[in-house]
Amino acid sequence: MDIAMDEIQKNLLEQVAGLHEMPAGAYNIRSNGQSVDRSTTAHIDIVTKEDKQGIDIIIKPGTKKESVHIPVLLSQSGLTEMVYNDFYVGDDCDVTIVAGCGIHNSGDSDSRHDGIHSFFIGKNSHVKYVEKHYGSGDGRGERIMNPETVVELGENSFMELETVQIKGVDSTKRSTTATLSDGAKLIVTEKLMTHGSQTAETAFHVDLNGEGSSANIISRSVARDDSRQLFLSKINGNNRCAGHSECDAIIMDRAKISAIPEITANNLDAELIHEAAIGKIAGEQITKLMTLGLTEEEAEAQIVNGFLK
Amino acid sequence: MLELQNLSFQVSDDADSQKEIIKNIDLTFEDHTFIAITGPNGGGKSTLAKLIMGIEKPTSGKILFNGTDITDLSITERAKLGISFAFQQPVRFKGIKVRDLITLAAGNNINFSSACDYLSKVGLCARDYINRDVDASLSGGELKRIEIATIIARNTPLAVFDEPEAGIDLWSFNNLIKVFEELHSATDNSLIIISHQERILNIADEIVVLAGGSVQARGKRTDILPELLNGTAGCKFYK
Repeated sequence: MDIAMDEIQKNLLEQVAGLHEMPAGAYNIRSNGQSVDRSTTAHIDIVTKEDKQGIDIIIKPGTKKESVHIPVLLSQSGLTEMVYNDFYVGDDCDVTIVAGCGIHNSGDSDSRHDGIHSFFIGKNSHVKYVEKHYGSGDGRGERIMNPETVVELGENSFMELETVQIKGVDSTKRSTTATLSDGAKLIVTEKLMTHGSQTAETAFHVDLNGEGSSANIISRSVARDDSRQLFLSKINGNNRCAGHSECDAIIMDRAKISAIPEITANNLDAELIHEAAIGKIAGEQITKLMTLGLTEEEAEAQIVNGFLK
Repeated sequence: MLELQNLSFQVSDDADSQKEIIKNIDLTFEDHTFIAITGPNGGGKSTLAKLIMGIEKPTSGKILFNGTDITDLSITERAKLGISFAFQQPVRFKGIKVRDLITLAAGNNINFSSACDYLSKVGLCARDYINRDVDASLSGGELKRIEIATIIARNTPLAVFDEPEAGIDLWSFNNLIKVFEELHSATDNSLIIISHQERILNIADEIVVLAGGSVQARGKRTDILPELLNGTAGCKFYK
């Protein structure tokens, strides 16, 4: 690693990007409001925006089996930033994009990262997008993240979107909107755990415009202590298409969870399903694990970890 | 091995009065025995099994396991002392894999081939099941066999099975008989099996007939089974 990073930043980097060292392929590391390191490849270019904070990631048509990492780290208490990252993915690509934000706040001021990620994906491409959020530090200042994801999926393209927020983020409002062309497919997997007095809102808005397009939104969440969660998902079927959303939540302690799924068919051949379930851990699940020798607390942890795995 | 002393269990029914499910049961089970507990539906068999595991707590009486009073011990403590329990209706989990459950049951990080051995014993092709979630995607019969595999993996001095035959198809049932025979012959462990099946009763050392919350008969299989199978005589136990 040729940039100076302290242990806190290294830990954040590992949590949000699974990285111990610089990744192979293209990357851009943003730390405390500045781009601190960057690498491009023959097929993937990264360009700093001139009119606002953020970068353009340009992936040439036909790029296969390459990856882009763009982690964001905030360890300076009180820093607030708004970043625009635009991804231009050409036709016939197969790429993995790993984004994520780690905030360490040990001060008294709020630290906040708002990021808008826009994806313009061409035809016949496969994009896997992984986003992890993590907060640490014991300051009174809050760790706030408001990620917004905008996706335009071209004909016959396939996007897998995985988001994980397990620990330490005090407040999050996540918005994901997607527009799908003919034959395009979107799979979203969201995993979320809130504790303490955290709040998390997550909203999906998917327009299935293309013939034969499909979307599957799967959210699994656990709310503990006094935390609150709101899950909103809207799927509009505007053509012959298939849409499915599923919110499955475990409620614990004094938490509150709302799930508001909405599906609208604007076409006779739109097939749309929504499922939402909120409930506490079944007592019999705890009992079964206790008969295997686990304590009640260990059983609960096993169930929660498995559910969010 | 296991002693039930004057054990009773009551529940409140609708009319706010107490209903006795288990009535002053005294039973002693010796080491390395295979005991089948049978009797009519509603006779208290499953409740008795749950009292032994600690899933239900008795209203009065004592339970001793290898001389230790376990009446007030939790399920976890009993499990750690060496009692295991196969549920009549096994529990489903979202996100816990068959492999996880067997590893937890074995109590250590077992390798892939050991985990597979346990599944093979209950007639499941390990490769097809080891990485599956123990959720609604499994049929009742598959789940039941996985439940039994977890008990084999636990390998405890006492295993209690609550109607292991329920929900199992005929082919698996033949295997199940072999599993119980092997568990009994290959180890010094004791088995208590709640069952209605003649073929299970037929491989037990002893049979306990439980009806109306009381022990109606108890003895060697060779003495009890013929009586049970003889329709009229069987009725005498069920009165």
